[in-house]
Amino acid sequence: MQVKSMFFKQSASMKLQDPVLQESLRKFKGKFVEARARAVAEVDAWEAVRAHAAQLRDRTIANLDAYLVEFERNATRRGAQVHWAETAEEACAIVAEIARANNVKKVTKSKSMVSEEVNLNDKLEAAGIQVIETDLGEYILQLAHEPPSHIVAPAVHKSKEEVADLFHAAHHKPRLTDIAAMTREAREALREHFLTADMGVSGSNFVIAETGTTLTVTNEGNADLVTTVPRIHCVITGIEKVIPTLEDFATLIRLLPRSATGQAIANYLTLTTGVRAPGETDGPEQMHIVLVDAGRSKFLGGEMQEMLRCIRCGACMNHCPVYQNVGGHAYGWVYPGPMGSVLTPTYVGIENAGDLPNAATFCGECAVVCPVKIPLPDLMRKLREKQFDMKLRPWSERAGITLWSYAARRPKLYAALTKMAARVASWMGGREKLIHRLPGLDGWTSGRDMPAPEGKTFREMYGESQRREALSTDKHG
Amino acid sequence: MIRTAMREHEIGPLPGIALPPDQLAQFRSECARQGSTYTEVAGYDDVPREVVAYLDRNALDKRVVLWAELANLDWAGAGVTIDNRTAQGDDRVGVTGCFCAIAETGTVLLLSSPSQPKATALLPETHVCIVRRSRLVDTMEEAFAMLRNERGEPPRATFFVSGPSRTADIEQTIVIGAHGPYRVHVILVP
Repeated sequence: MQVKSMFFKQSASMKLQDPVLQESLRKFKGKFVEARARAVAEVDAWEAVRAHAAQLRDRTIANLDAYLVEFERNATRRGAQVHWAETAEEACAIVAEIARANNVKKVTKSKSMVSEEVNLNDKLEAAGIQVIETDLGEYILQLAHEPPSHIVAPAVHKSKEEVADLFHAAHHKPRLTDIAAMTREAREALREHFLTADMGVSGSNFVIAETGTTLTVTNEGNADLVTTVPRIHCVITGIEKVIPTLEDFATLIRLLPRSATGQAIANYLTLTTGVRAPGETDGPEQMHIVLVDAGRSKFLGGEMQEMLRCIRCGACMNHCPVYQNVGGHAYGWVYPGPMGSVLTPTYVGIENAGDLPNAATFCGECAVVCPVKIPLPDLMRKLREKQFDMKLRPWSERAGITLWSYAARRPKLYAALTKMAARVASWMGGREKLIHRLPGLDGWTSGRDMPAPEGKTFREMYGESQRREALSTDKHG
Repeated sequence: MIRTAMREHEIGPLPGIALPPDQLAQFRSECARQGSTYTEVAGYDDVPREVVAYLDRNALDKRVVLWAELANLDWAGAGVTIDNRTAQGDDRVGVTGCFCAIAETGTVLLLSSPSQPKATALLPETHVCIVRRSRLVDTMEEAFAMLRNERGEPPRATFFVSGPSRTADIEQTIVIGAHGPYRVHVILVP
């Protein structure tokens, strides 16, 4: 997917004024949030499971190289071929070469964000291969020629009416608007492709080192068909997805669907290990696993390493007030919301995604709901600091922060300045006690008024109360 | 070092969900929550009769594709035509056994083998799964322990099914029957 994150501000403003999108977001808002809250409340040991998961992800990432080699050894032993891709281009070239070498004409795909990252569909289509997305949301977006706007519910921004138009145009059938009937029509259209594809491409939510296993988590069952019916199965996934054991999978799968959609478990989990055994009547004859770096190793050993724990549940974006209002496309790349605001600048360069770490209210909800306890606001703050150091923010902002920093380190000056500022702001608020426009900080007041302070600073009031208390102690004590 | 660590198969904290006083009751209620229907029969030989009753209740054709291990039951006596082979795209009802079932989430676990194709649980619109009472476990951790004891390591496909296929990709409206079965019926035998 082409990076458009540098246009976040303009894009977000447009999305705020898009009535169809705003209606879709209004319907979406809160649904996953409520479902997650219910699902989490059922698990008494939620915090203990979360802490264990964070610790197991950290432990694996600290020895990532060893676990990856162990995974490769076991996957190879079971008949799979493991390929290593340092860049997006390499990943695409590997998959395209597998397709070419096996005379593949049609590929069915289950949802894979890594394949979106590396632009796999474009590459395969350029090689004359038909690519069919089979996750219903991804299928809708393929018809619309749009990227996903959410990592779990990719077509969350689309209205039923828009989908009805797309299906009507693609399926050459009467236009349906009943959601169950539309889903049935898509099922019938895709069934033929499932049965006739030469190669299935899937992602892998985790890869398990001890057994050489890759795996898919879906509700639709599409990944299960993609990995079972075609003669070749190709997995494309990130190097950070490795976990040590089957037991670790059992821990993580308690967290993933609950955090994502509020389900105790997804309807279908398939662990795939190796190729079709002698005598088997289904399953692929060849299995290829492409392990993609494409920026992930930049997190290793640095202050942002905790980000590699991410299990791609989407809870952080579901709970983010910014995401809830602008949707996923505004973020300009594959990963929206808080996790994207940390991943994108590191993957594509902080200079290409500078607004993202700033597109946060720092309400902290993303860190509260993250099933593997990634301190997302802290990581965004670190990116902001880096931007400041690299002089990537506008000069006015940098000058403002420099002045503030000077004052904040001098308590007496700070007290005097805030006292003055509080008086001025109070005067600006007038009789309504509302400030309509803050000169120099227009962004804060362009869409709403700022409540004016009541006249005194906290320090002044605190000092006064301390003095009163001392006085009364003197009198009565 | 990591190989030793992996051999220990450390188990994470268990969920502390109201796990059984009554394991079976937990399994039954979780099946219902996942959208599977559930029934018990008195003996293994009663399976064909229960399958017919189920097909009748849902107005389905009395023709099923099934796993080889189930083929020697008296299907003809119950009035069911069977296909003892891997399911294809137009088969309507698939009947399978399972390796074990998990009470925590109302899940059945199927392992692939030449006589146990995964497609039979996936391609038909209806999946009927036979679960033996002795193969019911509490958690996924227990299922993996059983898998290690009996098989050593996972087969090509280790397939966890928790209710019928579904999607909510259009306006978060849940629709049952996306690409896999519309119905999952669990039959528990002693």
